[in-house]
This record gives sequence, C-alpha cells and structure tokens, in this order.
Amino acid sequence: MTADSPEFAAAEYADGTVGYPPHPVNDDGAERVGTVDLSEHTAQVVTWTESTATPPGVREPNTLAIVAFEIGGNTVRAIGQTTDDVEIGQTVTPVYAAELRDPEAGVREPASQEWDGFRFRPVE
Amino acid sequence: MVAAHSAGVDRNTDRVAVVAASMTQFGERDGWIRDLLAEAGQACLADANATADEIDHLYVSNMASGEFEGQTGVPNALAHDLGAVPAYTARIDQTSSSGGAGIYAAWQSVASGASDCTLLVGGEKMTHRSTAEATDVIASLTHPAEYKHGVTLPSFAGLTARAYLDAYDAPRESLGAVAVKNHENGVDNPNAQFREAVELETVLESPIVADPLRLYDFCPITDGSAALLFVPESLAASYADEYAVVAGVAGATDTHVVHERPDPTTMGAVRDSGNAAFEMADREPADVDVAELHDMFTILELLQFEDLGFAQKGEGWRAAADGRTARDGEIPINTSGGLKSKGHPLGASGVAQAVEVYEQVLGEAGPRQVDADVGLACNVGGFGNCVTTTLLEVAE
Repeated sequence: MTADSPEFAAAEYADGTVGYPPHPVNDDGAERVGTVDLSEHTAQVVTWTESTATPPGVREPNTLAIVAFEIGGNTVRAIGQTTDDVEIGQTVTPVYAAELRDPEAGVREPASQEWDGFRFRPVE
Repeated sequence: MVAAHSAGVDRNTDRVAVVAASMTQFGERDGWIRDLLAEAGQACLADANATADEIDHLYVSNMASGEFEGQTGVPNALAHDLGAVPAYTARIDQTSSSGGAGIYAAWQSVASGASDCTLLVGGEKMTHRSTAEATDVIASLTHPAEYKHGVTLPSFAGLTARAYLDAYDAPRESLGAVAVKNHENGVDNPNAQFREAVELETVLESPIVADPLRLYDFCPITDGSAALLFVPESLAASYADEYAVVAGVAGATDTHVVHERPDPTTMGAVRDSGNAAFEMADREPADVDVAELHDMFTILELLQFEDLGFAQKGEGWRAAADGRTARDGEIPINTSGGLKSKGHPLGASGVAQAVEVYEQVLGEAGPRQVDADVGLACNVGGFGNCVTTTLLEVAE
C-alpha cells in the first residue's frame, strides 16, 4: 500500500485462513479478524479469458484472469483484469487502477460499490 | 381459498403430479412479459381442461422484468389476466434458475397441502435490449469485486472452459460437439429459437466471444414463457389420462464469488442438488433415460454431466464427442435443443426444461421422442451459484 495505491484487502479469519474478497465470516463460519494486503505479493495465473463482448462501460476486449496467491500456507484466489496477455501458470503482480470500468454506464448504482482495484501484470 | 377438489386427497401417500405443460414460441417475440406469461398460462390450463378459478397458488418464475421492461408485480398481473384472482401469488427469482426454483416451490405448495392446484409460469422478455445491455443485467448478479472488472457470465464460461480443457487434456472440438448436437435436436423443436443444424467447422470458426469460447458456444438472448400445472396425484386423473410425478426435486447453492470455489471445473451446487434429488427419488444416474441440462454455454453441459454422476470427473467431454448424449445415444441430453438452440428466456428456461422432460416421459415429444420413463432437468443460476434438479417419472 502507498499513498497512491490503497491496499488490496483480503480477509484474515479467526481460523487462520485468508480469503478474497472479504466476508464477515469464512465458509467454515470463522469470523474476520484482520486484513492481508495482497498487493505486496505475486500470484500465479489459474486460468484466463479474453472477452470481446463486454457490457457498457467496460474496455473491449477485456482480458480477465483468476489468479492464486500462496500466503502463509493459504491459497488465496482473486479475479481481475490483466494489463497484458497472460498464460496459465504465469507469475503476475497486482497493479492499482483508479477506475476499472465506467461506473455511470452499467445497471449497478454507482454509489453502491467501489470502482478502483487491481489489475494483474505479468512478471518478466 | 378453499381448494375445489380437496375431497379425496391423502396427504400421507399422495405424490405431486404434473398434469399439464406448455411453452410459447421462443425467440424474438412482439409481446411483453405480461403477454408471454398469459399465453403460456392459458395454454397450460387448456392442456388440462382446467379453469383459472381452480388455481390455489400461482407462481411466476422471472429474473428481471423490472430491469428489462420496467414491469414489476407480474404474478398479480398474471392472476388478473388469467382470471385466477384470488389465488395466492408469488414471484420466484433465482436468476437463471428461477424456473427450477419455481418447480421446487410449486412442489412444496402441493406436497404440504397448502395448494391442491398450483400453476407455475416462467417467462422473460429480453430481446428489446441490446446484447451488451442484456449481458449487463445478467451480470448484475455478480459480487462487486467481480462486477467492477467487467466480469460477465460469458467470461466465467471462458475462464472455466480454458481451465477444463487444460486440466483434462480435452480437445476444443469436444465443446463444439455439444453445440452441434443441441442444434441438431433443435431442428425438430417447433418452439425453438434456432432450428438450423450447424457443422463443427462453423462452430470452431465462429467469432470469439470469451476465448477459447466462440459465438456458437453460447445461448442466444430470448423472449418466451413456459408453464406446468401441479396437483396431488389423487386428483391427477380428473385433469389428465396420463401424467408425470415429481419423483425428486432439490436445490442447492454454491459460493456467490465464483473464484472462491476450490475447483473451477466442479459445480458443487449441481452435485449437491443432484444427489439430494436422486436420494428423494430413490434413483441413481443410471436410471435416467433423458435429461435436460443447463447449456447456457457448452462447457456447462459437460460440467453438469459429470457433477450429476453421468461421467467421471474429466471424462464428460468424451460423451458428446462419442455420440453417447445424442438422441440415439445411451443417455440423450437436451433433446429439446437445450438453451443453446431452443433459447434462454431466463425465468422460463427451467420450466421449459421440465416441459421437455414431461413430454418425453409421456411419449409426447414427436420427432424428438426417445425411450424414456424417467427424466431429469438441471437448472442453473449464475455460474452454478444456485441449482435445482428435478426428476420426473411417468405415472404407472
């Protein structure tokens, strides 16, 4: 986390597991007790797609990936846009983006959620 | 409301019977949601020679009439349009699995004794919206962490298809075989949106939508409606000479956030709802003669085929490629043409799946008919987020 880049917040739960995005409790009912900043870690690409038919306000094409972070014995998965082409198994690092899609263009109420976040950039 | 036929109903032994079924033409329709629902509802009542004043409960399966059309309160509107006032009404919204959830609700209403005649009508009006707009309405079911990245249901399909092909060394052609099969089945369904066979080469060379999936791996955007009439089995003979019974029905959910599932190629809610429905029916996958699976995307047919127990994990892709799921195969899948060819009017789809199974087990499927006494319908909401599995059997 820096002044220009908020934290990529995953939840730490009472049973020691970590998950993204945060929920009040994890799948086993353990309560959230803290936060882990995923922006300080690299991840591996689990799978990816390039979507050419995107909704209003979304870049076209839109390459997306599911990635897996290994943190303290936990596998923490996340989904997000990529900055470049990726491959399964490739190492990526989170890169902050102030706005991932146009909040005004879709059906969701703009004030109901945040629109910034982290894309995944391949590590050379 | 006091049930008109309640005398003679045995709450201890009665099963729930399906005595009538209907579906409208699927595709691009002139009518709006009220018109489509009324069309299917009236046809279903006519199929059973029933009148609207016999309806105790009226359920409407619908995902987004407010978002698509600005028309809410559709169950009340339908009750008035059918002449079913003062029947109890409710809207069943479980996104794309609203139809399956409606079957579960209708079954519960009759099995519990709350209703002796329940009409379920599923419907959606979508084609007046652009593909991008309709895709966004559907994508609004996603978690904020997904939605802000522009994640859509088709992109989930692309992500999952790549993971599946990579994990199980399955050929891309195996997904294309699903599209070819279901389009071939749709040719014989007069209510299907698309009634044209396609060649595998056409599927594999169609435009990319969510790599590695292409246009023909996806269902269309559709208007349409379908309906089923449920009564206690002890009353079924007064509505129909032949009827089906709900042998098993069960629903389950998976995580809201799709990437939080342990294995992207496993649909946990399909597995759980299927197991529970089989247990209720005292059946197993080998007993099923015909099945309608939720092929919103070709990859979903393979995943459901596996997670319902028709094939081992990672082996489902061989079934379509080898012809085992063809109409003349050992386990025909999507004889209606599936969502892929028949179309996918969200709230109607799960009901229409059961309409096809109903017609199959009663021997009323015309040129699509297969040898079937037991049929299964698996209706999926989101990307496996909510699932209802139903087993229908012909009453002996």
